[in-house]
Amino acid sequence: MSLIEIKDVDFLYREQENKALSGVNLSIEKGEFISIIGSNGSGKSTLAKLLNVLLVPTKGQVFVDGFDSSDPENVWKIRQKVGMVFQNPDNQLVATTVEDDVAFGPENLALPSDQIRERVDKSLEMVGMGGYQSHPPHELSGGQKQRIAIAGIIAMLPDCVVLDEPTAMLDPMGRKEVLKTIKYLNEEEGITVILITHFMEETIFSDRIVVMDGGEIKEIDKPAKIFQNIELIKNAGLDVPVAVQMANELRSSGLNLPEVMDIEELVNALC
Amino acid sequence: MLKDITIGQYIPGDSFIHKLDARIKIIITIIMITVLFLIDSFIGFGLFLLFVIGVMVISKLPVKRVLNGLKPVFFLIIITLFLHMFLTRGGEVIWEWGFLRIEEEGLFTGLFMVGRILLLIMFTSLLTLTTSPLQLTDGIEYLLKPLARFGVPAGELAMMMTIALRFIPTLMEEAEKIMKAQKARGADFESGNIIERAKSLVPLLVPLFISAFRRADELALAMESRCYQGGTNRTRLNELELRRSDIYALIGVIIIAVLLSFR
Ligand SMILES: Nc1ncnc2c1ncn2[C@@H]1O[C@H](COP(=O)(O)OP(=O)(O)OP(=O)(O)O)[C@@H](O)[C@H]1O
Ligand SMILES: [Mg+2]
Repeated sequence: MSLIEIKDVDFLYREQENKALSGVNLSIEKGEFISIIGSNGSGKSTLAKLLNVLLVPTKGQVFVDGFDSSDPENVWKIRQKVGMVFQNPDNQLVATTVEDDVAFGPENLALPSDQIRERVDKSLEMVGMGGYQSHPPHELSGGQKQRIAIAGIIAMLPDCVVLDEPTAMLDPMGRKEVLKTIKYLNEEEGITVILITHFMEETIFSDRIVVMDGGEIKEIDKPAKIFQNIELIKNAGLDVPVAVQMANELRSSGLNLPEVMDIEELVNALC
Repeated sequence: MLKDITIGQYIPGDSFIHKLDARIKIIITIIMITVLFLIDSFIGFGLFLLFVIGVMVISKLPVKRVLNGLKPVFFLIIITLFLHMFLTRGGEVIWEWGFLRIEEEGLFTGLFMVGRILLLIMFTSLLTLTTSPLQLTDGIEYLLKPLARFGVPAGELAMMMTIALRFIPTLMEEAEKIMKAQKARGADFESGNIIERAKSLVPLLVPLFISAFRRADELALAMESRCYQGGTNRTRLNELELRRSDIYALIGVIIIAVLLSFR
């Protein structure tokens, strides 16, 4: 069985007319890097919240590592396995120092102090924030705060991290830092990553991209395939990355180009 | 401007007093406050003051910071003094002018109360000056734990205090931003009488409250997804631990307290 199985899921918010999700099917393997894209209100955040039982499907089932999310017995097990990082870095840090914040999850799991200490130091090292243990969070940059939030999740040793637009409020520098961290966690630490984003460029590292629109999954495929399908992207209300668009235009005007996904690849292909 | 307001005004250090266990410091503070209310002579106050100065010296605190803590209660002290001086009757008349009259008893009680308030503030500020807010909340949580069976949510209270401390700087920053934005549109926070000034705060407070509620909502989600299940059954990264020196300090204080109150 896959790490995450979403089966025929519908979700309807209370007192709402239209379903936020309808007929969603998706399975995610251990170690995969999945990107989810889609325009505002397409149901991305709703889908994310189903993965760690912040919401339970109205219809259908979600399994995490075989545990059914609709069974109240499984809630805490699933939340330990699937960590969530949210958009606003300020609103997910709870403590007055970095180390206490990262320790929050392990403290909730009632681990002994020495184990918590070990996990905190290791997680901070992994996100490149070693040595910041006693800093107060409000003195850090957005990118740093977001990496602390990620460390706080990693410290619970999850199988999977879901990031809901983690870079939306960051400057280009912070975005780069956070993306690098996410990539490292997936490639080096083998953590399954589900990245929800508005920025197409951020999806090029992923194994598969899920395109959502109006609460439905429109397409699941490799980045290279999705990027060529301009109609699909436009219909979902998203922008094709400049490099991809450029390559397509060049190709249609007769140039023979391989598939490219970012500026660098385009430059390499052209020069 | 708003950033200058500090809460908990902790001054980091590594003195003996700084290193004392937070629980012991809270207990000591409670004991000494009780003593302060049992003392009934100026000599007692003098000895108590010596004790306070002793603690200040050991903790290497800048005297100015301790005295700064007295500023906010300045008015309270003046009012206490005057009320007692002019209203408490008894003893010889010291001074008289029209209907105003100061009698011996009034002056005496007034000064007495002022001494008590000053020492009270000085001593409790020693606690907050030498204990980090985090240790303080941990200490309070621990001491409240026995009350849990009577329904006192010790863990939740401590969590609330920590979150408050965490978000004070964030909300201050936000208030400052909103203020600047409103000023840029011609809002005036500084002139006018008290009522006008209070009114001018409305466009500041409304957005601030809305944003605080939104933050609270998101924070609750984030905490839940990090397996927070309420205050019980949590462990700590830095557990408080009693050392021998803590016990010695407590015993020392108890002896001093007994001497001071039964002298
Ligand atoms: N708490 C809620 N109560 C009622 N309806 C909601 C709630 N949250 C979301 N919705 C609705 O559900 C639908 C999907 O919202 P969702 O937040 O999942 O979209 P999204 O893809 O994450 O959008 P965005 O890109 O803006 O974050 C939207 O129509 C939205 O209005
Ligand atoms: Mg969203």
